[in-house]
Amino acid sequence: MNAANDMDDALVEFLAESEENLDGFEEALLGLERAPDDTALLTAAFRYIHSIKGTAGFFSCGRLQALTHAGESVLSRMRDGELRMSQVIAGQLFAMSDGARQILAAVRATRDEGKRDFDDLIAQLARSFAPAAAEPDPMWPASAQPAPVAPAAASAPVPPAPEISDEPEEPTTVRVDVHLLDTLISLVGELVLTRNQLLQVSGRSSDPAFQSTTQRLNHITSDLQERIMKTRMQPIRNVWNRLPRVVRDLSAQCGKQVRVEMVGGDTELDKTIVEAIRDPLTHMVRNAIDHGIETAEARVASGKPAEGRLTLRASHENGRVIMDIADDGAGIDPEKIRRKALERGLLPAEQLQRMNAHELIQLIFLPGFSTADKVSSISGRGVGMDVVKHNIERIGGQVEVLGTIGAGTTLRMKVPLTLAIVSALVVQTGDERYAIPQANLLELVGVNDPGGPGGVEVFSEVPVYRLRGTLLPLAFLAKEMGRAATWQEALAELGDAMTILVLKSDGREFGLVVDGVCDSTEIVVKPLAKALKSLAVFAGATILGDGRVALILDVLNIARRAGVGSERRMMARVAPPVLVPDGEQQRLLLFDAGHGRQGAVSLAGVDRLESLDRGRVHEAGGQRMVRYRDAVMPLYELSPWMHDVGVAPAPGSDDASIHVLVCARAGGPVGLVVTRIVDVIEGSFKIHEGARRRGIAGAVVLGERVTDLVDLEQVLAHITEVRP
Amino acid sequence: MTKLCSFFLDEHCFGVPVEQVQEILLPAPLTRVALAPAEVAGLINLRGQIVMTLELRRRLGLPERALGASVQNLVVTSEDGPVALLVDRAGDVLSVSDDDFESPPETLRGELRRLLRGAYKLPGRLPLVLDLPRVTQVGGGGASG
Repeated sequence: MNAANDMDDALVEFLAESEENLDGFEEALLGLERAPDDTALLTAAFRYIHSIKGTAGFFSCGRLQALTHAGESVLSRMRDGELRMSQVIAGQLFAMSDGARQILAAVRATRDEGKRDFDDLIAQLARSFAPAAAEPDPMWPASAQPAPVAPAAASAPVPPAPEISDEPEEPTTVRVDVHLLDTLISLVGELVLTRNQLLQVSGRSSDPAFQSTTQRLNHITSDLQERIMKTRMQPIRNVWNRLPRVVRDLSAQCGKQVRVEMVGGDTELDKTIVEAIRDPLTHMVRNAIDHGIETAEARVASGKPAEGRLTLRASHENGRVIMDIADDGAGIDPEKIRRKALERGLLPAEQLQRMNAHELIQLIFLPGFSTADKVSSISGRGVGMDVVKHNIERIGGQVEVLGTIGAGTTLRMKVPLTLAIVSALVVQTGDERYAIPQANLLELVGVNDPGGPGGVEVFSEVPVYRLRGTLLPLAFLAKEMGRAATWQEALAELGDAMTILVLKSDGREFGLVVDGVCDSTEIVVKPLAKALKSLAVFAGATILGDGRVALILDVLNIARRAGVGSERRMMARVAPPVLVPDGEQQRLLLFDAGHGRQGAVSLAGVDRLESLDRGRVHEAGGQRMVRYRDAVMPLYELSPWMHDVGVAPAPGSDDASIHVLVCARAGGPVGLVVTRIVDVIEGSFKIHEGARRRGIAGAVVLGERVTDLVDLEQVLAHITEVRP
Repeated sequence: MTKLCSFFLDEHCFGVPVEQVQEILLPAPLTRVALAPAEVAGLINLRGQIVMTLELRRRLGLPERALGASVQNLVVTSEDGPVALLVDRAGDVLSVSDDDFESPPETLRGELRRLLRGAYKLPGRLPLVLDLPRVTQVGGGGASG
């Protein structure tokens, strides 16, 4: 029985090793296609295939042995200078590699090599160096056709001994089962908890020997924890390595020429992330070749090199990995997107009309969107970009598309380094604690007297909280966790204080009401039992510092369950109705425009209201700006639009902070400064268009005051125009 | 010969094959899982591993345990990793002969019958053998806890 187990282990290792060897082989082969005379690559390709052939014999995989032998023979002729790499031969060698993979898969599944004998392929490979194969190869024009004994090989003589040794170099790595690693990580987590408890005990002890021993244990444990987490890290190259092959096959299929460039392949991520991005990444690459890069003729016609370029780039930034998939193809035409979206009825025409180019191209992530004029067999596989986006957001990542017509498209992914450990907030409802990933958290708001004025309000039957003029839909954790039947009951149980976590999920914001926050900490994410996975509201579980288990909330699904993240809201966010239609419910922000005038802005066009520290505002070249999130946001006064030219601007207030209406635009956020916010009101307003002028949509009468309503779209358009 | 780990629920004797029992634990702090089926008592921390705990009385449709009555965790192995079963108390390991095996008594009804493999006729007692794969499959497994 033991012998059988050993055999199994050996076989599993053989399969894994052979697949890695095939990866290496294909990589070398791709290189050889470009540089047919590179002896180092040839030697490498030979070594990989030779090693598979050798072990295949040991495991009595006769077909695999025969197939790889045929491939090896071709390579050996090349090494001897009798044959030169061509596209035809490369194709056959790739086919051999595919065949070998098929056999390996069959062996893995059934312990048998499968039905196909690959005799046809073996015969083809054998023909490639038979004398009859001396016919011209389409890859090189006749004039450049290498002589039977390649002069290149003669001028760069075969190195004296390109050592093809069977003996592997001194091994510096071992193969370890991932489950074993996970167990080790769990145990180290426990060790850390025990260490913490021990430290508390030692703090009360007066025995110096005991104290110094616990100190040492403390350091060793921390060290161990740090190292063990590294064992799960893998370079992104592990996913990328398969792509050149995908690109090669696809571009051949589409009749395009594409070269792949990779930058930052050493960037490391957790194994689970590497696995999670594998499919989305492949899909994006397929898309880039199928839809992005043009045919060679079209490229030449538009003055580009015939060969398209696909660049994969990865780097670390703020504890996350940024990954770009950039092509230098035709780019995405926002107008085409607009038409498609209209045809498919994805968004109302009116909304589409208002969207700018950047907003429009993000629509490719909407379900049911495909920009290819005809659905092709390559990327039109029923898997849309919406699935890609969903899968990336699932692991706490983001994806967006950047592009310019004619100059190509870049898909930018931001993913966390690891899923195993995340920073989280531990919150409390009643006597229960839950963990919420920090990645979803925008801010924390403490509210006293939640039931009173300035607390929870009801807006179209949904509980909301007025956060700096924005109505934030609320979900009550006590209700979602079944501790209270209704949100009113949950609210009543809160007593005189509550904490709102402002969370973002799928681009929507909502507030999650909890009793309070217990802790902000790093947690080790552990999967839930299968039986509990159908409860979509939990993303997993973790063990807290006191050894108790806490569930991790899946913010997206909590929002869905609570009904605070409806599709309608998301659409409204993507395309805010900026001009205020008559007679509809709307929210207006009233501000003091100086000189006795009052202005109003529809909040529908404003993404956020911020109160920013005046000290953070800088001025450069007459332009005021402020650092906002990850961008530099230019600031503009809104008041001057209220007055005729020549009127002195409203006197600035002396407050330490300024109020800024943040509007998301294609080139980054734009900040509109208002001196003093008077109020936020809600209702249906009659707009008097008689007062219409540049930047002003009209006037509304509020109480007895005539208030100018800012035409936000026009103001922003003007600003973006004059902006350098 | 088969070895059964015996345990008691509401004075009934039950058994599971010893090789499927990982360990027996004193009650551990439970974390309730909101929205889960009623027979899921919660999650416990088993040396760093998070283990689902089933209230076996509820799972088998037996009367609820009296408040403050003793309870033990019988940790069994399942396809989905270890699962803890809350039992009144664990008993001895019984050596039973396959000749004494019988299918579930006719008197048993519905769900409980579905969750049993059968019983061993022993002098003085009749340990009922659980069908562990079915018992540990809750939610979506067709179980109506």
